[in-house]
Amino acid sequence: MFAKQLTVFIENRTGRLSEVLGVLKDHNINILSLSLADTTEFGLLRLIVNNAAQGKEALTENGFSSLLSDVSIIQIPHKSGSLRELLKVIDENGVNIEYMYGLSIESDSAYVVLKASDVEKVDKILTENGVRTISCEELANL
Amino acid sequence: MIWNETKECMSRDQMTALQSARLVKLVDYMYHNVEFYRKKMQSVGIMPGDVKSIEDIVNLPFTTKDDLRDNYPFGLFAVPNSQIVRIHASSGTTGKATVVGYTRKDLDIWAECVARCMTMAGVTKDDVIQIAYGYGLFTGGLGAHDGAQKIGATVVPMSTGNSKKLTTMMVDFGATAIACTPSYLLHISEVLAEEGLLDQIKLKYAICGAEPWTEKMHKEIESRLNIKAFDIYGLSEVMGPGVACDCEYHRGLHVCEDHFYPEVLNSATLSPVADGETGELAFTTLTKEGIPLIRYRTKDLTSLDRTPCECGRTSARISRFKGRVDDMLIIRGVNVFPSQIEAALVEVDEVTPHYMMIVDRVNNLDTLEVQVELDQKYYTDEVRKIEALTKKIAHVIQQALGLSAKVKIVEPQSLVRSQGKAVHVIDNRKLYEN
Ligand SMILES: [Zn+2]
Repeated sequence: MFAKQLTVFIENRTGRLSEVLGVLKDHNINILSLSLADTTEFGLLRLIVNNAAQGKEALTENGFSSLLSDVSIIQIPHKSGSLRELLKVIDENGVNIEYMYGLSIESDSAYVVLKASDVEKVDKILTENGVRTISCEELANL
Repeated sequence: MIWNETKECMSRDQMTALQSARLVKLVDYMYHNVEFYRKKMQSVGIMPGDVKSIEDIVNLPFTTKDDLRDNYPFGLFAVPNSQIVRIHASSGTTGKATVVGYTRKDLDIWAECVARCMTMAGVTKDDVIQIAYGYGLFTGGLGAHDGAQKIGATVVPMSTGNSKKLTTMMVDFGATAIACTPSYLLHISEVLAEEGLLDQIKLKYAICGAEPWTEKMHKEIESRLNIKAFDIYGLSEVMGPGVACDCEYHRGLHVCEDHFYPEVLNSATLSPVADGETGELAFTTLTKEGIPLIRYRTKDLTSLDRTPCECGRTSARISRFKGRVDDMLIIRGVNVFPSQIEAALVEVDEVTPHYMMIVDRVNNLDTLEVQVELDQKYYTDEVRKIEALTKKIAHVIQQALGLSAKVKIVEPQSLVRSQGKAVHVIDNRKLYEN
């Protein structure tokens, strides 16, 4: 199962990040996790929100371009080294992991957002390995 | 010292007579050797015999950079390639370069003109001169080189790019003169200061050109290095550096007007204005064989002064430049047109056609930043892709301009769209005094 991630390209200018967050807040979009990949010139703000499509719409209305992309939100099994095992399997299947960041939606369980070079293949691997992933619907109900 | 007193100190009547005789010959030569000019003259109903003196020049059609581009590469050459001994090229308004060719005689005259200019600055056969213009298709390096060699000075062909080597050799060789762009010389002065070499140099003169500079920069160069600095002017279409240069009185640049006839034109009517009035500078190459040009519009704004100078020279002087009539920029001595960036960006699908050039001068070196907008279609969530795109665009611009630029990808829709003539350039340098 995929979830939708919202990405916003922002120039490294004062206040730009808070403007984006402000727009989302004004439209009651709930941010569940975010990661900011930044360079000296620009940043890519990646967001997991309760409703990515609505978030994109709100940003567009306010003059921000954004992108919806498929990512896997993976529940990390309660076993030491399990994430590492999982990454190893993905690796062995020749899929590159573009980036990963954490997500905390349940107090007793950890999640990671994973973007791979081949999202569908990763999804298949995850299903085969019995790993729980979170869908858009689930996010909306959080 | 005056290199060629006969030519540089002629009476006005003698000069007019010489220019007239040369123009008559030139028009006849071009009519018979350059199809483009023959057709152009026929279209306005002028035959070689109609031009009897320099005053008749106003009846002749103009030449523009576009004419050179349209006849790329050799269409305006008046001689077969067997007589061309050198080619130079500069950037055109679009992808195509502006190509010029020189016969052996053209190169001799070029060296003669540069020798006059360098002598005006004080250079003699006893000097050691570092030529720190780029050597190559650009006319700066080889043009200055040949002139300094003609004088008999000890020529050190440094070219550009290695400031450390330049300053080391300046000290070790006891260089007494340097030819480079004024901004590069200011940069060199900083390098010398950082290395603590300022009191070890023997530099006396600098012959600076290839970009406009202000009186303030002139004074700064002179005081920082404790030298005398001179302004040399030229453009590759007409010849290269050495078309004009200023003397120790700095009352405008003496034009080698026995070879290049200057006119200053009213920007609207294109008729010559009175001496002292500002307009667009045009040159007619009176003696060139390879690619002679009639009334070539330089797009540089200046005024003419034909009164004799205190230095003893009688040649016409053009004032320090007051600007340009087009949008050409000179960045690190390289001519750049915004249209070149536009043409280059068309090749890159990932960005919109909107762009902004930001030109600045940091530590006396010109910087160019090109801002481009990411196209919505190519929006990405990966930093790597944006960085790869930045590199790709920088490469495309480098290829188009021959100049490295810093590329900055900006948010979609963030560059200003204007209804009328779009503003594509922010030039933070102060190059002209108004
Ligand atoms: Zn003078």
